[in-house]
Amino acid sequence: MTDPTSSVSHLDLEESKHTFLDANELVINMGPQHPATHGVLRVILRLDGEKVMGLECVIGYLHRGVEKIAEHRTYTMFNPYVDRMDYVAAVSNGLGYCEAVEKLLNIEAPPRANFIRVILTELNRLASHQLWLGTHALDIGAMTPLFYTFRDREEILKIFEKYCGARLTTHAFRIGGCQYETYEGFEKDVKKFLTFVAPKIDEYEELLTTNRIWVERTKNVGTISAKDCIALGVTGPVLRASGVKWDLRKAQPYANYKQFDFDIPIGQNGDTYDRYLVRMAEMRQSLRIIQQAVDGIPEGPIMAKVSKVIKPPVGEIYHSIEAPKGELGYYIVSDGSTQPYRIRVRPPSFVNLQALDLMCKGQLVADVIAVIGTLDIVLGEVDR
Amino acid sequence: MAEDPKSPQPPDKEQLAKAANPAGSGTPDPSTAATPKPAAPSAEKPAAPPAEKAPAAAAPAKPAAPAKPAGPVPQPWDSPLVDKLKRQYGTGFESWTYLNQNYLQVDRSLIPTVLQVLRDEEQFDYCVDVTAVHYPKRERQFDIVWILYSFPRNERLRVRTQIGDGEHIPTASGLWATANWLEREVFDMFGIQFDGHPDLKRILLPDGWKGHPLRKDYGIIQQDQEWVQINLGIESGQ
Repeated sequence: MTDPTSSVSHLDLEESKHTFLDANELVINMGPQHPATHGVLRVILRLDGEKVMGLECVIGYLHRGVEKIAEHRTYTMFNPYVDRMDYVAAVSNGLGYCEAVEKLLNIEAPPRANFIRVILTELNRLASHQLWLGTHALDIGAMTPLFYTFRDREEILKIFEKYCGARLTTHAFRIGGCQYETYEGFEKDVKKFLTFVAPKIDEYEELLTTNRIWVERTKNVGTISAKDCIALGVTGPVLRASGVKWDLRKAQPYANYKQFDFDIPIGQNGDTYDRYLVRMAEMRQSLRIIQQAVDGIPEGPIMAKVSKVIKPPVGEIYHSIEAPKGELGYYIVSDGSTQPYRIRVRPPSFVNLQALDLMCKGQLVADVIAVIGTLDIVLGEVDR
Repeated sequence: MAEDPKSPQPPDKEQLAKAANPAGSGTPDPSTAATPKPAAPSAEKPAAPPAEKAPAAAAPAKPAAPAKPAGPVPQPWDSPLVDKLKRQYGTGFESWTYLNQNYLQVDRSLIPTVLQVLRDEEQFDYCVDVTAVHYPKRERQFDIVWILYSFPRNERLRVRTQIGDGEHIPTASGLWATANWLEREVFDMFGIQFDGHPDLKRILLPDGWKGHPLRKDYGIIQQDQEWVQINLGIESGQ
């Protein structure tokens, strides 16, 4: 592992043959402990001057064997583990997992539970995007947004804390619905938050959208076409910024997203700036969804009838949701016992990270930082 | 409530037994061969859905059921896509649907052609996931699963095949670039070789690691002691 050149083989083989003859090319190691990699990501860069000729990601530093653990836990016991994959969007992970098991059990969460789920999931999407914006801007050199976004994200975490006692790895949902009824004044808190945060999003935009340095650093950086996105399986805001109007909340609705009116923002150029605009627009759409959900939240039970021991029939299921980062899927094989026979997590960050090589080729080395930021990866989810 | 799931099931059991035996290896396979089992738990489990899904649950009683089943048992699945593939490739090919999700059970030898046809002619342009499941008691130990999605059709499809331990399978990274890392992960976790892969090496575990953790015979606290001692300088990673 000490010789970084030994790991460059996946790049174009003919090109790398010249690496040692061509004095212009330099192999540089970045990470795994680098502040801009948002975790422990190691990137081996091949540079010609300041130009990136290719790169390779070395991942797995945070590998905990989540899928193996799942096979040794019951369905209920595995539920908290999923929160620890994409820990900045733990609620989304929980929603995907609970819904997948519910599908396998052939049950549905009651309407009130679905409303609570949607409110919390969208709040979490907002929190995830805020954290992305703060760190992404910080990487590029704009320090202020970080303080703004963390200040406002705090309000979301407070709601989570009041709801279920946890701020980050919430474990908010249970298989069959929600464990907790909303607390006294939940709706009021959410509505108060909505009026509080809407002007704050404008504030972030004021700082960045027309900021000349920001535009220079993000326009035409890390461009990826829609065709490449689809070939590489890239989903989420990255795919939408390349002009594909595809969001699982609309394409294959889950929970009760069918009931809400919202738009799918898309970009045109597929560059870092468009991805920024798409995510900003998505924050506003999330606010719209939360507003509708909190206005229309019905009374009723919050748990479906689920037996204490969860024992799905023999079979398999794939269920995926639109997590803040892209398509988050769970493929669960049941052998009829209380423990899953196999759980496969299809992590959006892992698949999206594969596009890093393509997006950075031909860019400047400083742009690698911007591209890692714009992909919005969470290494906990990449490595699982 | 008890009538709905029960009435379509007896014929299904027979169908399944007929369909599964000639193709399957005969050994227990939790995902297909054992499917009739859920009949018993199903009576109590779907307490909620029959009320809401009453029209859908009633449909499978009719002979036209395979198109849109709502029962908890995998049923044969028919569609123009399946007809076309069956006409071309005949045996070694089954199509099922379970909980409104369709999947194909394909013979290993047909995998490259079927995947190619699905991408080129049937517009399955997005490979969502490639993964594997280990059944150590079966003669052909591994299920390899491709989860596909088609943007134009807004449709999902799973393709599944069985291979034995040590058998190779052709790579799909030429069809979908995303399969590159996904296949590396399958190799890392299960030790399945993908022929023609541009760079098949471990992705999550370190290069020198011995063993493939997601195999069922790999213990939950098992580790590569030698690697841990040499590289981390500690007695054990536990």
